[in-house]
Amino acid sequence: MLLSAIVFLPLLFALIVAFWPKPTSLRHLALGLSLIEFFLSLSIFQRFDPSSASLQLVERHMWIERFGISYFMGVDGLSLWLVILTTFLMPIIILASWKSIDKRIKGFHICLFILQTAMLGTFLAIDAIFFYVFWELSLVPMYFIVGIWGGARRIYATVKFFIYTMAGSMLMLVAMIYMMYLTQEATGQMSSNLLDFYKLKIPFIGGQFFSLQTLLFFAFALAFSIKIPVFPLHTWLPDAHVEAPTPGSVVLAGVMLKMGTYGFLRWVIPLFPEAAEYWAWLFMLIGVIGIVYGALVAMVQPDVKKLVAYSSVSHMGYILLGLFSFNVFGLQGSLYQMLNHGVSTGALFILIGMIYERTHSREISKYGGLAAALPLFTIFFFIITLSSIAVPMTNGFVGEFLILLGTFKAMPVFAYVAVLGVVLGAVYMLWMFKRVFFGEPGPLVKDDHHPLHDLNFREIVVLVPLVIMVFWMGLFPNQFLDWSKASVEHLVQNRGAYNLTVYGASVAPIVPPPAAEPAPEAIPSTTEPVVEPGE
Amino acid sequence: MNHSLLMSILILSPFVGFLINGLRYKKNSYLGAGAIATTAVLLSFVSSILLVVDLIGMPVESRRIAVTFFEWIHVASLNVNASFVVDQISAIMILVITGVGSLIHLFSVGYMHHDKGVAKYFAYLNLFVFNMLLLVLGDNLLVMFVGWEGVGLCSYLLIGFWFTDEAKASAGMKAFVTNRIGDAAFLLGMFILFLTFGTLSFSELNALVPAAADTSWLGAITLGTLFLFVGATGKSAQIPLYIWLPDAMAGPTPVSALIHAATMVTAGVYMIVRLNPMFMMAPNTMMIIAIIGAATAVMAATIGMTQWDIKKVLAYSTVSQLGYMFLACGVGAFGAAMFHLMTHAFFKALMFLGSGSVIHAMHEEQDIRKMGALRKYLPITHFTFVLGWLAIIGIPPFAGFFSKDEILWMSFHSPLGHPALWAAGALGAALTAFYMTRLMCLTFWGKSRVPKETHPHESPATMTIPLVVLGILSVIGGWIGIPHVVGEVLGHVPNFWEEWLHPMIKEIPNLEHADAGLEWTLIAVSIGLATVSALVAYQVYVRRPGAASRVAEALGPVYKVVYNKYFVDEVYFAAIISPLVKGSRALWYYVDVNFIDKCTYWAADIAKGAGSLVRSLQNGNMQQYAMYIGIGLVVVLSILLMR
Repeated sequence: MLLSAIVFLPLLFALIVAFWPKPTSLRHLALGLSLIEFFLSLSIFQRFDPSSASLQLVERHMWIERFGISYFMGVDGLSLWLVILTTFLMPIIILASWKSIDKRIKGFHICLFILQTAMLGTFLAIDAIFFYVFWELSLVPMYFIVGIWGGARRIYATVKFFIYTMAGSMLMLVAMIYMMYLTQEATGQMSSNLLDFYKLKIPFIGGQFFSLQTLLFFAFALAFSIKIPVFPLHTWLPDAHVEAPTPGSVVLAGVMLKMGTYGFLRWVIPLFPEAAEYWAWLFMLIGVIGIVYGALVAMVQPDVKKLVAYSSVSHMGYILLGLFSFNVFGLQGSLYQMLNHGVSTGALFILIGMIYERTHSREISKYGGLAAALPLFTIFFFIITLSSIAVPMTNGFVGEFLILLGTFKAMPVFAYVAVLGVVLGAVYMLWMFKRVFFGEPGPLVKDDHHPLHDLNFREIVVLVPLVIMVFWMGLFPNQFLDWSKASVEHLVQNRGAYNLTVYGASVAPIVPPPAAEPAPEAIPSTTEPVVEPGE
Repeated sequence: MNHSLLMSILILSPFVGFLINGLRYKKNSYLGAGAIATTAVLLSFVSSILLVVDLIGMPVESRRIAVTFFEWIHVASLNVNASFVVDQISAIMILVITGVGSLIHLFSVGYMHHDKGVAKYFAYLNLFVFNMLLLVLGDNLLVMFVGWEGVGLCSYLLIGFWFTDEAKASAGMKAFVTNRIGDAAFLLGMFILFLTFGTLSFSELNALVPAAADTSWLGAITLGTLFLFVGATGKSAQIPLYIWLPDAMAGPTPVSALIHAATMVTAGVYMIVRLNPMFMMAPNTMMIIAIIGAATAVMAATIGMTQWDIKKVLAYSTVSQLGYMFLACGVGAFGAAMFHLMTHAFFKALMFLGSGSVIHAMHEEQDIRKMGALRKYLPITHFTFVLGWLAIIGIPPFAGFFSKDEILWMSFHSPLGHPALWAAGALGAALTAFYMTRLMCLTFWGKSRVPKETHPHESPATMTIPLVVLGILSVIGGWIGIPHVVGEVLGHVPNFWEEWLHPMIKEIPNLEHADAGLEWTLIAVSIGLATVSALVAYQVYVRRPGAASRVAEALGPVYKVVYNKYFVDEVYFAAIISPLVKGSRALWYYVDVNFIDKCTYWAADIAKGAGSLVRSLQNGNMQQYAMYIGIGLVVVLSILLMR
């Protein structure tokens, strides 16, 4: 029940928010609810056995029997931290948007909570169709968040974002349905259960693009690549980020991009081992290009937010590189980098939002000398910058080091190019930092009639948890890596014939469907496609 | 006392100092901030003395104090602990860092007393000491790398300390980015070594290496050590990455003394000495190190001869002296490299602090053309500066003589050496004597060119005491490493330095027995060169003012090229930075905006077009539908009939 509660509680919260009578206390309510969710998600640690690579806290009910579609959730080392990241960021996002979201507050928080359910469901669903429902559901609230609370070109940005992602997902859906047919051929019983997918032996012919495994591989990979996004499918990201309101950017960069990298880890690499191995060079190449290209283009951006958006492309390139190194260093590094990126890029967007609230501009050239005017803000910004450029003792270093080590072990040539990112990362961040914070006060900073105020108490509260995570994860990475270790090692060792078992069950029993309802928490929300009666 | 407690105090005391001063960053009481920071480093100094005393008390074969605090990163076969080691090599470093560091902190109290950000300054300075200690104490490459990047970061913060000046902020950034290039290579070096030997620990690497001797250019050891050396050229300002150090003089002068002379810039030398058994197995790397070191020593010295900024002269001098240390490493004389590292820390820190005292007295003037005859205004500064001058130009019995002479001798005598390397070193020594004497003449001697409105005054005691202590060290610091030939004559004076380091240094293979006559000859030649060169400089700059500019004019374009630092910055800008920025703009404009996005619009248009095409078929017009049916019938029938 725990996972169902974690996934669907936010949906209930959305309902509570929708019917909350007092607009004045709405934000406090939302903050409190998101904190409840966060603490609830922490209870996974109590029940999770880090020494096992199996799927744990499993919940499984038949949903649509005819097609073998089930309500199937479970958590393992690959998804555990992403769940925590999602619930950790949500209260921070709500507190950070305290002032910046000033219209349709109720709708905004409803969207946030629905989005949270969708993201958590994506990380926890172990059934293809179930997964797909969450995957697509996440688009809807994001569409509204950017489209309603966004900037001037928000409609352009949302449509671009929506169509880009949708195009990839369609192919993935086709591939999923095809795989369901494959399970029927193999076992006589159609199933969309991921564990059954893992058991499939999909024929692979090297060198032939139009062979089954290769096609399925690319169908999935394309959907996830767009989401990450990798070069050259990244152009929706800068637009979406620039137009999105601060909380939208934080969710997008912090969590939603990881849905793509997680997809590679959970779906692509274990499901299509031969194809993944055969095409690893291509994805590593794309990753390396992304690292260098993202960094170079970030360097010349005139808008801070766009700079950070392109830096995401660069950072996600590292993650892709690590994933396709197929060794423990690379995979652990990639998982770690997903969390790092959530923390540091999330924090960067929050910081940019804070300064935008003060000056209503993000143009780098209009700043300058901010360090003298806002010392506290500068300190926070600097610490996060260090994390972003992966200085040792911050979280970024651990991830980047492991990824580069893994890449060097797998294909040294890519590591030789990827270390350019280490240099270029410092270049674009520090150059921006210099132009914004150092030098003579710029036009936005020296306006004596409207002196800038340094961070207030609320803003400090928003940033402190992120800064703590930066150093905690940098100094004691084992405390995080140990939880994902068993799963990653299992994946690396059994990559050719990956299988995943259910924790504590020697033979995984299919629980007969007593009722179609997935979880009691979700019943009231009739607006959601998840709970629409299946049969 | 308990070793892990001492080690904790040694490392953490500056960190606590950083936290305290960092949290009260808005306070501007220089005494409070200075007292906290100086006490923190003094505490470290005391614990390092206690540790080193314990170390000396241990039997030679087990001289090593190792403390492991916690497991840092453990992923598969990579197991890196936060563990720290005091042994013969790091013992020297911690004494220099905390000892010279304490003096420089003390000096800063006086030097920075008028500055508003003094708490922040001391916080950074303490943070630097903390990171530097991590660098030298770390028992594996990764922990060293933590300090390695950490000191670079503090250097960035301190160079750009007066950040409202755009040029100073840029200098900080230049330092960080240049260092990062080296760091990226350092990472690659680590990867190669880890994946070859399965460990990053110094002791294990040094033990494993001889078993895997592969001396070809692309062998793991050669490649790994070469990448590590590229890392060292970044941190220790060698060709081709030395360009950041002269610009780093934008920071407060005590920072230049601590970071850019005595400690951080020697990290590269330290790293090579730490891994000396491995570097010895890579003769190709050694050759490159020696050549780069010698070339840097000469090139930087020539630039030093032409500069007018007192700190820039010292900066190029530092680059040049670091070149000597690398030359020593390259010919296998690791002990000599460490020796010069230490004596250089004394006399260069002394001269930087002395220049700080001069700048302080001259109200922030750094141009030596506006100085002269400061001897009478600044007697203590002048006297101590003279000691540093004699040490650096290598006059016996001052500290620099012994260390530099050891390097020159080994570059000639070692089988890894070459007479050409010796010649470069000797030429560098002559140039050093020239530019240092020039600096003395223009600053302290000759006629006064001080503007009338400036009234130079001697600095307060907090500044002169460190000068005096460092002055004494610059005299006697070399006596612990007196060469054997000289020791024999003086009555069997032992070479303490060599004995102390001996267990940690790999012997140079095939080293012949030294010919005392030859060694004496070379010593005489280098002393002679230095003396002549110093006298010439004295003649040119004091006796016949104006002679120098005539020589410069006569040299014409050559002088111009040297004065402009061989236009290396300009070349880098034109060849790398500018194309990079322009290229990136082009990428953004042509690839992102005008290609990828256009492609997506195009795809969208196709989808739209296809949609409207199909839509036009369904327009509800009966006659058109009838026509489609007609056309269809004709087509189908004709296909059937054709068959």
